[in-house]
Amino acid sequence: MNELINHLKERFPIYDVVESTTGPTFVSLDAAKLIPMITSLKTNHGFKILVILSTVDWIEDGKFQLTYIINNPDEKTDLGIRIFIDRENASMESIHKLWVFAATFQREIKEMYGIDFPGSPGVDDQFLLEGWDEMPPMRRDFDTKKYSEDTFFPRPGRETNDPAEYMKQKLYPDE
Amino acid sequence: MSDKKDIHEDKFLAPENRKHVVIGPDGEEIHVDPLNDYFCTDMPKVEKPYKGVMEKFLNWARAESLWVLAFGTGCGSIELPPLFSPRFDAYRFGVAMRPTPRQSGVLIISGYLAVKTLKRAIRSYEQMQNPKYVIALGSCTINGGMYWDSYNTINRLDHYLPVDVYIAGCMPRPEAVLAGFMKLKERIKKGDAEGANEYVEKLDWYKANQKKIIKDWNMPDYNW
Ligand code: SF4
Repeated sequence: MNELINHLKERFPIYDVVESTTGPTFVSLDAAKLIPMITSLKTNHGFKILVILSTVDWIEDGKFQLTYIINNPDEKTDLGIRIFIDRENASMESIHKLWVFAATFQREIKEMYGIDFPGSPGVDDQFLLEGWDEMPPMRRDFDTKKYSEDTFFPRPGRETNDPAEYMKQKLYPDE
Repeated sequence: MSDKKDIHEDKFLAPENRKHVVIGPDGEEIHVDPLNDYFCTDMPKVEKPYKGVMEKFLNWARAESLWVLAFGTGCGSIELPPLFSPRFDAYRFGVAMRPTPRQSGVLIISGYLAVKTLKRAIRSYEQMQNPKYVIALGSCTINGGMYWDSYNTINRLDHYLPVDVYIAGCMPRPEAVLAGFMKLKERIKKGDAEGANEYVEKLDWYKANQKKIIKDWNMPDYNW
């Protein structure tokens, strides 16, 4: 793995290398360099399998993080590549030409986070939500509780207790 | 109720359900309007119960043969198969599984319902024949359970389908489900389980609730 990271460091501007003995090694990268690097990893370094493509919403930084985890089945190693893109009009290059099924991940991300992947087949089709016309629901500024209360006729009488407060009242009622 | 025109302009209408022209083998043009040609657009009517002994006898018969539609949603669908295994053996109570809505009289909503699944549940319910009953399993159907603040699961099933028996728990064990069946039998024998008629009487209210959340309503108003 070290060899590979050193090799990558020479060729691509990767930073924030996080190595782990149990999980995959993670590297961060400029979004613009993702396609060349991932293509080279697939063709030259045996990372033939795309394990997952997932998203994190860093609303405080105004960024989306996309994580590509790829796997080398011969050496049984995983590599995670993180890229950060702007939250405003988020858009990323599609990797469906490398892995056809990546289009499905991208379609789901488009629906749940609103990140566009121009050219990815079927990216605008609805996936899990039918007829959704609100903000993409996995964005952190979407208030799911409020939406649920407005939409789904909440049944009255539902109470929640903060466990600490509740136990305090039970055990020390005078305080 | 929206009239038939609306539904044709619906952007969600599947392509095969739009009006189209089919060319026959002899070059003849056949205009097809699937929503009117393939589906019945009539609304259901209230079926009045018989009077006196006749209704009592029918209710006894109905209560002793509950045929359940094999329709599983949520975690609860895992609790249903053991019900029909030798250990719990629901067959001894006249409860049997059926594969299609046309043959079954009981719809069990076994847990949380996503909006997408609700649409299928409504279709299945409406395709069942009278008399029909709904059993709701689990706290998710009662008040949303642990998915109460989710953007995609409903909170109260009784706003969308007429529920006869609620079984509380997360998840109710098969014993609880059997107890629920006993309750349903009592209700039917007393003549209280008129959910299907109630659904027809309050159809406007139910449809308004259903259409509020199912935004791509690309099916007939009532699915016969
Ligand atoms: S009530 Fe509990 S077990 Fe049943 S569907 Fe909801 S979360 Fe799952």
